[in-house]
Amino acid sequence: MTTPIPTTDQPKPDLATLQVAPTRHYGRWFGTAVLLVLVAMLVHTLFTNPRFQWTVVAEYFTTPTIIEGLFNTLWLTAAAMAIGIVLGTVLAIMRLSPNPVLSGSAATFVWFFRGTPLLVQLIFWFNLSALYPKLSLGIPFGPEFISGSANEFITVYVAALLGLGLNEGAYMAEIVRAGINSVHSGQREAAEALGMSSRRILTRIILPQAMRVIIPPTGNQLIGMLKTTSLVSVIALPDLLYSAQMIYSSNFQTIPLLIVASIWYLIVTTILSIGQYFVERRFSKSDNKPAFTLARLKKTVTNGQREATA
Amino acid sequence: MNAPATTAVESDVAVECVAVQKSFDGTPVLKSIDLSVPHGQVMCVIGPSGSGKSTFLRCINHLERIDGGLLRVAGEMVGYREHKGRLHELRHHEIARRRADIGMVFQSFNLFPHLTVLENIIEAPMAVRKNQRDDAVADARRLLDKVGLTGREDAYPRMLSGGQQQRVAIARALAMRPKLMLFDEPTSALDPELVGEVLSVMKELAAEGMTMIVVTHELGFAREVADTVVFMDGGYIVEQGAPAEMFANPQTERCRDFLGKVL
Ligand SMILES: Nc1ncnc2c1ncn2[C@@H]1O[C@H](COP(=O)(O)OP(=O)(O)OP(=O)(O)O)[C@@H](O)[C@H]1O
Ligand SMILES: [Mg+2]
Repeated sequence: MTTPIPTTDQPKPDLATLQVAPTRHYGRWFGTAVLLVLVAMLVHTLFTNPRFQWTVVAEYFTTPTIIEGLFNTLWLTAAAMAIGIVLGTVLAIMRLSPNPVLSGSAATFVWFFRGTPLLVQLIFWFNLSALYPKLSLGIPFGPEFISGSANEFITVYVAALLGLGLNEGAYMAEIVRAGINSVHSGQREAAEALGMSSRRILTRIILPQAMRVIIPPTGNQLIGMLKTTSLVSVIALPDLLYSAQMIYSSNFQTIPLLIVASIWYLIVTTILSIGQYFVERRFSKSDNKPAFTLARLKKTVTNGQREATA
Repeated sequence: MNAPATTAVESDVAVECVAVQKSFDGTPVLKSIDLSVPHGQVMCVIGPSGSGKSTFLRCINHLERIDGGLLRVAGEMVGYREHKGRLHELRHHEIARRRADIGMVFQSFNLFPHLTVLENIIEAPMAVRKNQRDDAVADARRLLDKVGLTGREDAYPRMLSGGQQQRVAIARALAMRPKLMLFDEPTSALDPELVGEVLSVMKELAAEGMTMIVVTHELGFAREVADTVVFMDGGYIVEQGAPAEMFANPQTERCRDFLGKVL
């Protein structure tokens, strides 16, 4: 049985005609006041403490050594991330394989490289020649085709890329694995039922959908990597930080040069964060949006450019 | 594998099961399933939740691997090849090739959400059958027409109602030109007013002579379309017969109980 509900126009109390007394947040006022005082003190000391030596900062900000260091930091970040992403994807796929040897070795790799300090790994790779003075390529336990001195092959750059890339691969493996696991099992089943090959299912059905989960933390890793590269200063690779160190070791302007390096790190991080914001905004909403495809990425990028020029 | 030594292939049988068994972690789900579905016939499978209906369907296209018995589709053993009296497990691409001839429609549609309706349909014909894109697209449009979704090629699955999504899923399966169609509760996830549109597509398919195995709770559909109804419970086929007879006069207590609850 249904009963109709009578609609009446009873007068309702109206917020607009009544006075509203807002709640007073005394705690917040106090906190704000304390913070404002602290900020004022910080700004004051930045400008009045002569030992910050802002003129020295300005002098060295674009000096060629620093710019070369910045360039090294940038390509090292990009290359190490590229190695990390490719390696991480391979490791994640191995990890999810039903073959226990494949999944076991991937798990062991991740365990080892996440479980030891990156600094140690970098120094280790750099000193590989102490462990293996001669490196060679050939048939296992059989003849060798190429061989050479490890010292010549493992330059600082190779050591840095090995250290940063392999370590990143271990972290990316976990991110990609989480992404693949986030795709509903029905997707794989539907594709299998259509007779698609495992490879095609992975590249065409699973990975594109996993991107939604993979991309935000990858942006985070990228920003992290930018600063992690500064560890290569221990093997004397002239990155941004090491370049600054080289200069202050001769002119003893330690603080201003560290400020120079920090400002550059902040600038690049800011640019990356802005990029991350846009990429994440795109992917966080993709529950009701089509997921990632290259064509769509291109469209987004060109639209962004159009908006930027408009 | 305790496969019987029969090698004779009956060509008029689309699906043949002999003592099919399947366990999950030691828990038997299919205890012994015997049945055969002739070409061009529609079989509806009914039974209480957990009785192994989905598992049985999934065994037919080797999404699950059977633990015992014999299962043939179109005369070919599912998942194995017989050679000199020994069974050899099929390689992945051989399994895939056989699956391509079997269409499957899921309760939860499982359309690919990142692909448009058209891309969903042409993906497998292009990737598996190596069809030219133009041919695949033309075929997809014909199928969309058939399921009553002309003009929705460029929609993404999330933009469609459940009934429309399920009809796309049927079109996607048909695009592979399967010889056998498996439906696992295709209307259970749908609002009542959308059930009819999916069932009518399936009726049309049955009328065209498609061999179909349909797990369903839609007894009206079973009565109208099925040649045989199978009642499954506890890992066995408890009762089997023409729908009118079974619904009017169930032979077993369990079947009577079940029909009493569903009807
Ligand atoms: N992959 C699996 N691993 C373990 N147990 C499973 C798996 N798949 C199914 N089962 C179990 O097998 C039994 C039968 O499941 P199945 O899905 O085949 O039943 P069903 O008849 O389709 O039920 P429903 O009507 O609810 O869909 C259930 O008890 C279920 O928990
Ligand atoms: Mg089921």
